[in-house]
Amino acid sequence: RICVITLAEAHPLLQSGKTIKNINYQISANCSRLQNKVSGKSKRICLFVFQMQGAQFLTELAPLCRISSSDGEEYTIYSCIRGRLIEVNENILSNPALLQEKPSTEGYIAVVLPKFEESKSITQGLLTQKEYEEVLMKRRSSAS
Amino acid sequence: MSPVAEKDRAVVQLLLNAGTCPRCVLRFCSVGSQLLYRHPLQDLLKDLQEFLKNSQEKEGTVCLDVADPPCKRLRLEHKEEGADELNHNGAIPQLPSAGNAGNTGNPALSGNTALESSAGRVCNVCLGILQEFCEPDFVKKVCQKVNSADYQFTSFVFSVSLPPQLSVRERAAWLGVKQQMRNLGLPLAKDDIVQLKEAYKWIIHPQLAEELGVPADGKSLFEVSVVFAHPETDEECHFLATACPDCFKPAKNKQSVFTRMAVIKALERIKEEDFLKHFPCPPSSPKNLCDALEIQCNNGAVFVAGRYNKYSRNLPQTPWIIDGERKLESSVEELISEHLMAQFKADSFNFSSSGREDVDVRTLGNGRPFAMELVNPRRIRFSAEEMKRLQQAINDSSDKIQVRDLQLVTRSAIGRMKEGEEEKTKTYSALIWTDKAIQREDIAFLDDIKELRLEQKTPLRVLHRRPLAVRCRLIHSMRSEYIDQHHFRLHLRTQAGTYIKEFVHGDFGRTKPNIGSLLNRTADILELDVESVDVDWPPALAD
Repeated sequence: RICVITLAEAHPLLQSGKTIKNINYQISANCSRLQNKVSGKSKRICLFVFQMQGAQFLTELAPLCRISSSDGEEYTIYSCIRGRLIEVNENILSNPALLQEKPSTEGYIAVVLPKFEESKSITQGLLTQKEYEEVLMKRRSSAS
Repeated sequence: MSPVAEKDRAVVQLLLNAGTCPRCVLRFCSVGSQLLYRHPLQDLLKDLQEFLKNSQEKEGTVCLDVADPPCKRLRLEHKEEGADELNHNGAIPQLPSAGNAGNTGNPALSGNTALESSAGRVCNVCLGILQEFCEPDFVKKVCQKVNSADYQFTSFVFSVSLPPQLSVRERAAWLGVKQQMRNLGLPLAKDDIVQLKEAYKWIIHPQLAEELGVPADGKSLFEVSVVFAHPETDEECHFLATACPDCFKPAKNKQSVFTRMAVIKALERIKEEDFLKHFPCPPSSPKNLCDALEIQCNNGAVFVAGRYNKYSRNLPQTPWIIDGERKLESSVEELISEHLMAQFKADSFNFSSSGREDVDVRTLGNGRPFAMELVNPRRIRFSAEEMKRLQQAINDSSDKIQVRDLQLVTRSAIGRMKEGEEEKTKTYSALIWTDKAIQREDIAFLDDIKELRLEQKTPLRVLHRRPLAVRCRLIHSMRSEYIDQHHFRLHLRTQAGTYIKEFVHGDFGRTKPNIGSLLNRTADILELDVESVDVDWPPALAD
């Protein structure tokens, strides 16, 4: 099952008042998510497998990108999903506002494809929309 | 009249003594008359024996009258030696012992004993293929198998698979002949020996044709095949592996490395001296005949083409099964194949079409071209009337699909269908929803856009099974139909391979431009229909 990584609605960057200064896919000196080699033109399955083997494999805590806002804060966005990195959204590099205007569609961060065997367990480890909202409610009530 | 010529005398003698059947003897004498091979074995043997006897009587008379010239004496004396002495290392003893020289008076007798004993033996060259397996009993056995399999056919091709050691034995016999001729100082003609398979077909085709009632034809789609094996001599090829190791690659699936092709390749490479060192020339007589392992029938595939309409929004094109569980009932493929399989009585089918549509997309208009390959059909003849009735039967059985233009086509026709998939245009009708309100004027401009260039990244919904790529596609023209403030219908004519749904909703911005970006709104697709697939194949049939 293909996964699209986006910012959760409660993320600080999506709260009002924040402006994004910079988005950087360079994670470390040797690792840039922009250099993920996955593209190819062939339709053949075996070539597809080779391409997949070239793609970067991410664990839950693998950083996807770092975003700095104009107020000096820096946020690291993590994969949260184990799987192969298929693509990162270059549209937000050229247009960072997209990330805030359309965080769940055109402003997505990355696309990750989990291993076939792990697909089910990964899905089960995620929260439904309802469960997420309950978490947020609990957070707010304990904060006040 | 003798089937062989005087020049072949030494060859005939050598081979008959070695235990070669009369038909293989004829082959090695390059006898090309098909009719001769069809004579009964006993008759052929008698002819050859007569042939040899005549020469012996002639020589017997001569030797009583005049002193034997040395080479003639050599030949007479050789006839006294039994077959065994010739076999072991291929070298023929040069001179007989002194004791035998006195027996020249009666060479015919001792010669004949060797000839007679070869009649009952399994041939050392063909291992019985040109003997037992040409007899009416075997022909009957084959025809019984064919008739019980209940195929419809108008001709047949008979194919045989021979064990690889036959090639080795053929070579061994040939080298034995060559050696003998050399030793006797006789010239040897070019080796245009009749091939074993060819001679076999000369003999068995007429018998099969008579029994089955149809002619043999090399191009026939109906194949009767027999696999022969001779386990007794399977290891005879093994010496080739030491002589030519690189011809024999390790085989997959534990099958023998000594395939026919590998053995033939090695025989081409191996030097004569090496062969003679490892294998008796001519070859020794086996104890047993070959076994006919399998007699199988197979009809060449037939191809049925047509166009299908799909009226259901809940029907996949091919069966949708995940982890052994069927997710949706039936499929276009199964609804069409069910009737075809029953009528043609095929083993299996391969369904292909000129592109395909999603489960929730209807195919209207003239429908989408498809072709069904029916593998190993028992029935192959269908008149235009019968095809029409078959089409009607399919259409009566389901309201989810309908077929038209159902007809038999050739294999090459499939290529035309596939080229349609990549080159021809398609037209669609999409029901579109927008988040912000629209007025007629807001969508009117779409009608004027021609040859709109799209860049579509591989849609997310197929990324798990397709490589990531960017495809450029053209929307040739569009026509909008306003419905209400949040809905309109869009008709489009597009290049083959365009993802319509993604053009409407944008696929997270990965298809650009898209209806959303063109209208500056968020758009989504509610319904999609294929209005036409612009391929003019298969030919339309009159109703």
